[in-house]
This record gives sequence, C-alpha cells and structure tokens, in this order.
Amino acid sequence: MAALRQSTLCFYVFCLLMWVCQANEPAVHDPTSDTSDAGNANETHSEEHSEEGGPITTLPIVSWKWHHVETPYIVALWVLVCWLCKLVIEANHHVTNVIPESALLICFGFILGGIIWGADKVQTFSLTPTVFFFYLLPQIILDAGYFMPNKLFFSNLGGILIHAIIGTCWNAATVGLSLWGCHVGGAMGDIDIGLLQYLLYGSLLSAVDPVAVIAVFEQVHVNEVLFIMVFGESLLNDGVTVVLFNVFDAFVSLGGAEIDAAEIIKGIISFFVVAFGGALVGVVFGLLLSLLTRCTKNIQIIEPGFVFVLGYLSYLTAEMLSLSAILSITFCGVCCQKYINANMDEKSVTTVRYAMKVFANGSETMIFVFLGISAIDKTIWVWNTGFILLTLLFVFVYRCIGVFFLTWIQNKFRLVPLDFTDRLIMSYGGLRGAVAYGLAVLLDENKIKERPLMIGTTLIVVYFTVILQGITMKPLVTWLKVKRATSSDLMLIGKVQNKVFDHLLVAIEDISGQKGHNYMRDKWNNFESKWLSWILMKPSARKKHDHVFDVFHQLNLRDALDYVAEGECKGSLEFIRNETAYIDFRKKFGDDFSDISMPDITIDMGDTTIANPYTRQDTFRRDTVPSISLEMHEQTMNGLRESEDMNTHHLLQQHLYKGRKQHRHRYSRSHFDVNQDENEVQEIFQRTMRNRLESFKSGKMGVTPPKTITKHSKKDTQQKMPNGKSMDKTRSYHSGDEDFEFSEESSASGYTGSIPRVSYTAGVGIENPAFMPDLDPMAPVQIPPWLAEGETDSATVAPSQRAQAGLPWTPSNLRRLAPLRISTRSSDSFVLADTLPSSSRERDELPPPPSPPPSPPHS
Amino acid sequence: MGSRASTLLREEEIEEIKKETGCKLCQNAPLYLSQTSITNPVFNSVFSREDFQRIPELAINPLGDRIINAFFPEGEDQVNFRGFMRTLAHFRPIEDNEKNKNAAPSEPLNSRTNKLLFAFRLYDLDRDDKISRDELLQVLRMMVGVNISDEQLGSIADRTIQEADTNGDNSISFNEFMKVLEKVDVEQKMSIRFLH
Repeated sequence: MAALRQSTLCFYVFCLLMWVCQANEPAVHDPTSDTSDAGNANETHSEEHSEEGGPITTLPIVSWKWHHVETPYIVALWVLVCWLCKLVIEANHHVTNVIPESALLICFGFILGGIIWGADKVQTFSLTPTVFFFYLLPQIILDAGYFMPNKLFFSNLGGILIHAIIGTCWNAATVGLSLWGCHVGGAMGDIDIGLLQYLLYGSLLSAVDPVAVIAVFEQVHVNEVLFIMVFGESLLNDGVTVVLFNVFDAFVSLGGAEIDAAEIIKGIISFFVVAFGGALVGVVFGLLLSLLTRCTKNIQIIEPGFVFVLGYLSYLTAEMLSLSAILSITFCGVCCQKYINANMDEKSVTTVRYAMKVFANGSETMIFVFLGISAIDKTIWVWNTGFILLTLLFVFVYRCIGVFFLTWIQNKFRLVPLDFTDRLIMSYGGLRGAVAYGLAVLLDENKIKERPLMIGTTLIVVYFTVILQGITMKPLVTWLKVKRATSSDLMLIGKVQNKVFDHLLVAIEDISGQKGHNYMRDKWNNFESKWLSWILMKPSARKKHDHVFDVFHQLNLRDALDYVAEGECKGSLEFIRNETAYIDFRKKFGDDFSDISMPDITIDMGDTTIANPYTRQDTFRRDTVPSISLEMHEQTMNGLRESEDMNTHHLLQQHLYKGRKQHRHRYSRSHFDVNQDENEVQEIFQRTMRNRLESFKSGKMGVTPPKTITKHSKKDTQQKMPNGKSMDKTRSYHSGDEDFEFSEESSASGYTGSIPRVSYTAGVGIENPAFMPDLDPMAPVQIPPWLAEGETDSATVAPSQRAQAGLPWTPSNLRRLAPLRISTRSSDSFVLADTLPSSSRERDELPPPPSPPPSPPHS
Repeated sequence: MGSRASTLLREEEIEEIKKETGCKLCQNAPLYLSQTSITNPVFNSVFSREDFQRIPELAINPLGDRIINAFFPEGEDQVNFRGFMRTLAHFRPIEDNEKNKNAAPSEPLNSRTNKLLFAFRLYDLDRDDKISRDELLQVLRMMVGVNISDEQLGSIADRTIQEADTNGDNSISFNEFMKVLEKVDVEQKMSIRFLH
C-alpha cells in the first residue's frame, strides 16, 4: 500500500517535471534561436506568439499567454516539484532512518537534473548565487536565529567563537597552502592556479555550512552542547568566510606584487568590521522589531509579517553595507525572540513559528534539490583526480586537526570538557554545503582560469560531506555512544529547579569571590529585566512575563488539547454544559468546609462522580483530598485540573454567549471572529443587563435572592478582585472595597458564604441566559431609564465591550483560570463600567484570552 | 596575600580538609576567601552570618538567605573554615576519574546525591525531609516576579508537587525529588568551574 502510494507520488512528480521542461523549452530556445527548431513546443510557442503580437482581427475569447506568466509560473512549479520530492522521500521512513533526508534530496536532484538534461540538452536550471543568497538562504538563517536556544548559545559562545574564527581561518589557510604545495610538487598535473587562488579556494571551502549542519544534525539527536557547538560555529563562521573570500578575491585581482603589509592589516580590520558590523545591524533590527511589536495590537492579523519583513531587511541592509548578512539576520532573530514572543498575541506567535518553519524547511528542500540538479551540467565538469582527491583529503584532515587542537585548548577552561567522542563528532560534522557552492559560482571567470574545476570540486566536497558523512553520522554516533539529547518532558519542577540552580551558582560565585560566567549572566539578567524589558516589552506583557509561569501556561495549554482530544473520543465533554454548576457547588462546598466535613464529601464524591472520571479527578485535586486521588488512573489525569479550567472556559465562552440571531459566515480580512457581529454582541449585552437588573432589583427589595442572583453576584465580586485574589483557597473575601457596585445583598450573600451554600445545594443546572428563555419575554418592561439611555448613548463600542469582557456567568470553577488570563479585567457591572471609562481602555491593552473569545470589535 | 593566609592554617588541617572535600581545592581556597567581602580574617576561620550578608551581590540574590543558611549547621550562628569548605565542595565538578572510582569509603561531597541533597535542603526549611506545598510556595515567591498573583503561584506549586509526588502525600520527599530530576544534568548545573 505504502509502496503503491509512493510510486504514484513519484509518477506525479515526474509528470510535473516533464511539464516544467516542456513549458520551459520555448523559453530556453527563444532567446537563442528564434524560428529554426521545429519542435512541438516551439510550434505552440510561435502560434501563441502570433496571437499575442499580431494585429487583432477578432476578440479572442481565450488566449494562451505563456510568456506573460512564464517566470512566476516556473518558480511556482519548481517549488511544487521540490516539495513533492520531499513528500516522496518522507513517505517511507525506513529509508530516511538510514539515509538523511538531505542526501536523498540531492539524489533526487540528480534524477531531476538528468531529466532536464535529457529534455533540453543543456542545464537550464542551476542554483544561482542570487537566488540562493537572496531568496533561499535568509529564511533558513532567520529560523535558526529565532529558534536559537539563547542560554545554551551564549553560555558556549566562547567556544563557538574560537571555532568559528580561528578554526575557519585555520581551515582556509591550511587547505589552500597544502593544495598549493601539492601543486608545486606536481601532484595535479598542468593546471593554472596560483597561491592566492588556492587560498581563495581554501577560504570558500573553509566554512561549515549551516544548512547542511541543521539538516544532518537534526536527525541525529546528539547532546545539546555538542549540537550548539557545531551549529553555532556554522552560523557564526559566515562572517569569517565572507571576509576571507572578499580579501582573497581582492588580492587575486590585485595580483601578488601589490600586496603589502598595509593591505593585510586592512584585511584583518575588515574582518572585525564585517563580523561585528553585521552582528550590530542584526541587533539594531532585532530591537526595532521588538519595539514595533509593542504597538501592533490593532493590526494583529499582519503583525507576524513584520518579523519576516524586518528580518529580511536586516539581511539586505547588511548585504548592502557589505557586512556579514548571515550574522546580521542571525542576531536579529536571537535578539528579538524573547520580546516579540511576549509582545505579540499568542496566535501571532504561533503563526510566526509555523510560517518560519514552512519557509525554512521549504527553502532547505529546494536548496538540496538544486544542489543535485546543478551537478548535471557538462560545462562545470573538468576532471582532475589529483586536485579533487587532495581537496577532499585536506578538507577532512585539517578539519579534524583544527577541531582537536582547539578543543584541547578549550578543555582547559571548560567546566564540562568535551571528551574524545564529542571532538570526533565535531570534526566529522564539518559539513560543507550550498554556501560554499554559491561562493564558488561567484568566482570571476576572467581572473580564475580553473573556475569550472573549482566549482566541480566544491560540488564533490559538498556531496561527499553531505551524503557520505551524513549517512555515516548516525551509525557513528551510535557506535561511539555519544551522549544523546535526553528527551525529557517539559516539566515544571525541572524549570523551577533550574532557576534555583542558577541563583545558587551565582550565590556561590559571590561567596567564593569570583566573577565567573554565572556572575556575568546574573548581571546581564538584571540589566535585561531592568532596562531592556522595560523598553522593549509592552507593559501588559512585562507584567505577565515570567519564565516559570510561561512554562506553566504552556503545560496547561497542552493538557487542554489532550483533554479535549480525549473528551471527544469518549464523549465526556458533555458534563461541562450540564453539570458545571453542580460540580462547582461540590467544589466550593468541599473547599469551604473541607476541614469540617471532609469525610462526608469524599464519600459523596466517590458515589456521584463515578460516571465521569474527569470531573472527579478535577474536583478532588482541587480540594486536595489526597485519599481519593489514589484510586484514579493518575497517569492520564495528571495536571488535568488546570486544563479543565481552560477547557471549561473555552467551551463556556463558546456556548453560553451565542446570540440567538446568528450572523454567521461573514468574511473579514482583518478578523477571524467574524461572527462577533455588533448586533449579536448587542443582544448579549441586553440580555446580560436584564438579568443583572433582575437580580439587582430583587436584592434591593430585600427579597431573599434567588439562587441565580446569589451565584452570579458572588462570582462577579470574586472575578473583579484585583490581581486574581479570587481563588478558593486563599479565601480572601475580606476586603470591603470590592463590592462597591453591588448593594448589600451582594455582600451579604457573597461574603458570608452561608447563603451561597444553601443556594448551591439547591442549585443544580446552569444559570445561563441562553438556557433560560423565560427571562426574555418580560425583559422589555424591565429596562430602566438609565439603562435604556446607556444603550442608546453608547450603542456602538462601549456596551459591546462591556458585554464581552464581563462574562458574569462564568462558573466559578473558572476563576482559577480567569486571573491567569483576564486578571486585570474589571467586573462588568454597569455601574462600574459606566463610571470608569478608563478601565475599558485598560482592557483594550490586554491581549485577548487564549481561547477564541471575541476580540472586541474595533470602531 | 593568599599565600600568607594559607600559611596560617596548619598543615595537617589542610591535609584533612583536602581529603574530605577533594584535592586541589584547598591550596587556593584561602585566596578566594581573601578576595571576598568576608572581612573576617581567614586565620580565625570562623564566619558569621553577617560576614555573608555583607556581600552586596548576595543581598540581591532572591535565594540569598536560604543559601547563607545552608552554610550553617543547624542551630548555629557560626561556621568554621572547615565547614565552610565542606559546603563549597558541593559545587566542585565531578571529575572523570572520580566517576569510576568506587573505592572511596564514603560518598564524596560533590556526588550527584549530595548536590541534590544540598538543593533539596534549600526548600526544606523544617528539615522533615519533605518539601511541603508551603515550603515550595515560599521559594517560588522569592524567585518569580511580583506580578504573578498568589493564586497563580499556588496553582504552579500544586502542579509542581503533582509532577513529583508519587505517593500522594502532597509533598515531595527526597526520593521523589531525586527521581523527578533524574534526567536533569545536575552534575553540570551545580558545578562551578573555578573550584578545580
């Protein structure tokens, strides 16, 4: 079955490819030979040409305009073909387990190149430096920078820099010099390459390629320190490579005689300028981007776009200033990641993450396919066995020597020394890739006679490292028992403990009087949180930003998803609609009186909730009645408490606040929640107000409030407490100033706790306007003058916001969640909202809750 | 300065401490001390809490007090040089040759277990070998920003305990603590390079 599918896929790919070639044929032949060929394609082309160019005799209904769309069409088709290649490759994991994807893509490139060659007799498609450096590379590097594990990266920065700078120079110099030596010794026969050209060639081969390294190391899960060493080196050595390449390129142009000490010093200076300048440009753009995302709240839909645009601009700017573009975009990603993640809406962050991966992965695929295609070209192949073999040998050997020597030095200073196997993998991971090829193609044919030989050899080096070393990497890692990355789950306790460790190490360094690297990190963190965050983060994001809390939030989100999935399988989500109030009562009852009547409740619970394990778990966990939780299948239930909140919240928002007039399926370019129509919101608001009024009146009259009122008023008071003090456990109902908008009824029923208990006992079912239609008919009579006035006055924005933000009937077991996301939201009592317009403005600045609550319609 | 200080410790004492805390540590340790703001002369070899509290960086460390406490034996207000070095020895990295050598009569101070025990004691104020919810909450409160409400912190603490708690007593025993941090590279995360 799988094989069949795979072969079908292959077939599709080839059909498409043939199509591309066919389509391309006229384009290729067109500029060179106008009319001579009598190929089928050309005929169509001339036909079409006459149609386009000739005098119009009649109105054409349909016309064939290939030239009109040619370039974008071919680009799009190539993207499609490359991605289909990946699809074919990934269809069968038995192959990719052995051979890395990058190698397979190159092989596919060979096949595709062969087909093109067969069709066109000339290689029409190959990777050009422009396409590669401007359209394919930036997103890969931006992705690498954006997802860079910052702490790991910076704590190993010293080692990475040593390898990136000294290692790369070493590679370039030794490879160039050794090849030259062999040339002089006569190992390569008769070729016309001078010392400087050898050095130039060595410098373009010196850089470890980020694309290839990511592709290969991603599949071999080596430990994180090893990974960051190789990966960081591959990213940062670009500055060195660019400088070396430019310097030697200039030297080759100048000729040997012109080079003096001044030029060499200039070269060294230009290294620092290019590398640090590039990084600086990146940092500046990263900061700009962070600042920009502070104020993109109103254009949330396109805010992810800024990340890509500014990232790309940083790349182009650096390129324009002839600085290191790769360093620039890397540092742009590294700098902005924290702030944009905090500033942007959660949805936008998700969008950025995914879009980044789409671009990066897509262009990585294309790079490898095109590396393969480029090989099938007669013009670049000039065979010189000696040159090619010696290059391969030197590239490999000097990489090993360099790495072993540099790590030997580093190990004297490292806390955790890199052991022998690590060093071996580091040397073996010196993969060359498309960057080297791109630079080789950039060589000037006029200045360097043996350019084809150099390009060909570069390709062979690339194939050798990516395919052979890539394939053998995994067995080698297994065989050498290299420490793998531990696949640990995201755990809160781990994060907390990490933080403790950090503080601990800083303190110990302080006590023992050292200014070590922990000390530096701590100083930086302080500075960062004091100044940078203050400038670059929105105030609301800054308030919420805390590492431990972020992890907590992520865990909750994940659990919520799991829970929904599980609930959908077993159909147990139903209780959220029907039994919430009941559960809620249970919880509250149990909590308020847990010390007194714990045994009763536990037994009671055990009886009532058998039908629904989730609720049971939830209730008990919250009540911290330890004995019960033993009998449940704990593994699956772990942490469900928070997730349940999240879910309930989500579901309730979806179910409770649907207006009966459903204004559905409208298209909006700037909002997802198109159903949040003003009318609907208005309706919800009105209903809310009526109910509120109902309760208000009955409270005023001194009637024992019906359970509806009690419940909702209590919840309201709790929800509006500042800083989410409304958790059951804290039970801090003492503050008197919270009930200012409610009359005595509210404080009496809400704070004493006795009335709600009674009412809850009776209160099964949900007090929800949507489920209580009988309230509506009597409503028109009930609208008091001030309310009606308010509605007409501010019929546009204010009421709808109030109505949305309030959620007065949110069952109180959501309160645990509520402060997490909507803590600063004030209550939606109409008195409060009317008197405090500022609070609604404040609300505006909050990012919307994670689940799809309606974002307030913007007027 | 360092050399003068180290001559003030008797040779045999140095040997003893060396044996206990791990080799090279001691020759240089007085030097470290003399650089710190601990003004107490080294030859007295007794430090009080105030000596520690005088270190300005430690004052802003959120866990500063806890860490200072860890240096002092229970119920005492002073620690001698030897005790001080013993505590510091927890942070010595584990060396390769030590990993395989099981000949040592007792576990070295910088073993994984001892490192973890040190970390565990930071939480465990009442020394009942359990981290209760309250104890965890206190530590969390010290570390996280003021903007996290008590309630949120409470649920974070609950969840953290849940992750580690296997016997359902709503607290983390040392065994549970070790088990849950099994995969964490404690040897690396609780080591300081300079104490070699």
